[in-house]
Amino acid sequence: MKLMWFHLMPYTELPEDFREAHPSVWVDIHSSLFDPKRAHLMYNDFMDELEYAADCGYDAICVNEHHSNGYGLMPSPNLIASTLARRTRDVPICVLGNSLALYNPPTRVAEEFAMLDVISGGRLIAGFPVGTPMDTCFAYGQNPSQLRERYLEAHDLVIKAWTEKDTFAFNGRYNQQRYVNIWPRPLQQPHPPIWIPGGGSVETWQWCAEMDYVYCYLSYYGYKAGKATMDGFWAEMDRLGKDRNPYRAGFAQVIAVAETREQAIELYTEAAEYFFNRCLHVDPRFASPAGYSTEATQRAGLESMVKKAANAQTLIMGDKTNRALTMADFVDRGYVVIGSPDEVVDQLNALADDLNVGHLMVLMQFGNMNKDLTNYNTKLFAEQVMPRLKTRFAEWEDRWWPQPMAAGERAPVTNLAAE
Amino acid sequence: MSEPEVQTVDLNGFPTRVWRKGRGAPLGILAGFGGLPRWTPFLDRLAEHRSVIVPSLPGFPGGDRGHSVLDSHLDWLVATRQLLLAAGLEGADLAGSSIGGSLAAEMAALWPASVRRLVLTAPFGLFDESDPPTDPWAQRADRVPGLLCADPETWKALKAMPEGANSVEWPIEQTRATEAAARIFWPLGNTRLEKRLPLITAPTLLLWGEADRILPRSYAGRIAGLLGGPHETRIIPSAGHLAELDQPDAVASAILSWIG
Repeated sequence: MKLMWFHLMPYTELPEDFREAHPSVWVDIHSSLFDPKRAHLMYNDFMDELEYAADCGYDAICVNEHHSNGYGLMPSPNLIASTLARRTRDVPICVLGNSLALYNPPTRVAEEFAMLDVISGGRLIAGFPVGTPMDTCFAYGQNPSQLRERYLEAHDLVIKAWTEKDTFAFNGRYNQQRYVNIWPRPLQQPHPPIWIPGGGSVETWQWCAEMDYVYCYLSYYGYKAGKATMDGFWAEMDRLGKDRNPYRAGFAQVIAVAETREQAIELYTEAAEYFFNRCLHVDPRFASPAGYSTEATQRAGLESMVKKAANAQTLIMGDKTNRALTMADFVDRGYVVIGSPDEVVDQLNALADDLNVGHLMVLMQFGNMNKDLTNYNTKLFAEQVMPRLKTRFAEWEDRWWPQPMAAGERAPVTNLAAE
Repeated sequence: MSEPEVQTVDLNGFPTRVWRKGRGAPLGILAGFGGLPRWTPFLDRLAEHRSVIVPSLPGFPGGDRGHSVLDSHLDWLVATRQLLLAAGLEGADLAGSSIGGSLAAEMAALWPASVRRLVLTAPFGLFDESDPPTDPWAQRADRVPGLLCADPETWKALKAMPEGANSVEWPIEQTRATEAAARIFWPLGNTRLEKRLPLITAPTLLLWGEADRILPRSYAGRIAGLLGGPHETRIIPSAGHLAELDQPDAVASAILSWIG
């Protein structure tokens, strides 16, 4: 099992009354809440934390893309990834990812990912999310009725830009470019491994199977809520005759570890409540513009009388009308894997059994957690939990992992000239 | 209220519903936001005096997935033109509301001979930064009825699933109508219709619901100021954005008196 350290980069100083006084953390969050001088410190802490995770031996470090979002300060994860490429030596860098339909032309993504792959010596995992409605349709104004068509076309264009040897013309429905010829070219051949963060749509699962891409379910609501979605994914793989290689899948999980469960509850309650009550306070009016979900997905939802996966959107909608939740709720519902190292190992083994996921993206900084506590969580997990999970799924080959240049061929890490 | 005659025409390979009812000179109707999932009292009032012809816009109820092949504004305009021709509305009077109002205005602007007299009810197509429309796509489902109609029950009655309807396909068809409107008007509703309003020479009646909560009243003045032909503006009391749903009698009689 691969354990990948994932940072969302939340703004850590949203006010106490954020949930009551503000409609949404996303799309129309008010600019007055953002203090650039405080954010300067946050960004630098966050990048330190990612680098520290690399030092602690995590299998990869991960960043992602959000727009107009108080819990995700990375409109461009590629900027962060480029600094990580320079400040780390061996760790794979997973960018989950670039929302393809937002780039005009989409060859911008082919170029920037190629840059990252070359700078890092072939350590890039290239993530291609469609993107949430909040990011794509509202913050970036994309048409929900065309978003998926544009995404799929942009994907085809990026792949062709990476693999076609000669300058070519792209005559797409939405993109027309007379001269496509990206420089630099990706280091990994034919291209970096491609991972697809998505919700629970059958079409996405089928597409990942067809293209042989990793499917990632990045719920913030833990492995219990995620089981229905991952069950659906594996049932579809079975139906398509694909093996149950757990490395076909990725999953995100909030994790909080301490010496004892009591200590963990004490240490992490504030950050968890901040995360679930403030960071995930999204106005439901932005959650599902008509056309964002395909009709096949709507049909599947309407046809199953039993409510399917408790996906992020339905949880956002549900929680919005409810009271603010408490740590006890998060623990009961499995949103947070929490406890002593032994207890966390047990829960993650249960997660591995239930979800059959080979790539686990661990969210170990969440909410307003400071750098000291984040690093404590990161280190304790690395020392006392990670070694006991490494051998999970050892019988399977991970065909979706970066293939970097040999260490001896790579440029040395250059630290600051005068520390 | 009796049911209309149903005809199906082909539009870009999609079977597209055309309703007909009544006798007399033809009057074309293009529906507003949400489309027409059922025949309405407003259409019945008109059919008492005219041959009412109601082609479904692409992606709207009765319009199948016709919106899915329309990628640009030009695609929409050509599709609407083809639809009116297929429905036998060349040279007829034409009335459109909201989404349909915008397309009716475009037809009269670009093919002036194709429209005899024109009625526009709160047409989409303009955007004023200082007085922006309500965003109809960024709404909680429970707020939509009260935004589109003065009386939320009017909208709910239009969209209520009839007995015997397919409980899966009916809600998908209603969502599709909202998506189709987004496909042409996302994100601001601004198709720069202003540039083409001066090309309209057909006598034009502009109707506006007194309680329109989607498009500000100021747009009525702006549109009237740009229309190229003779025109008149009337405000419909106790009506919302889809005035013909809230006040079928008042809107029908305004239209009938205008087209004569």
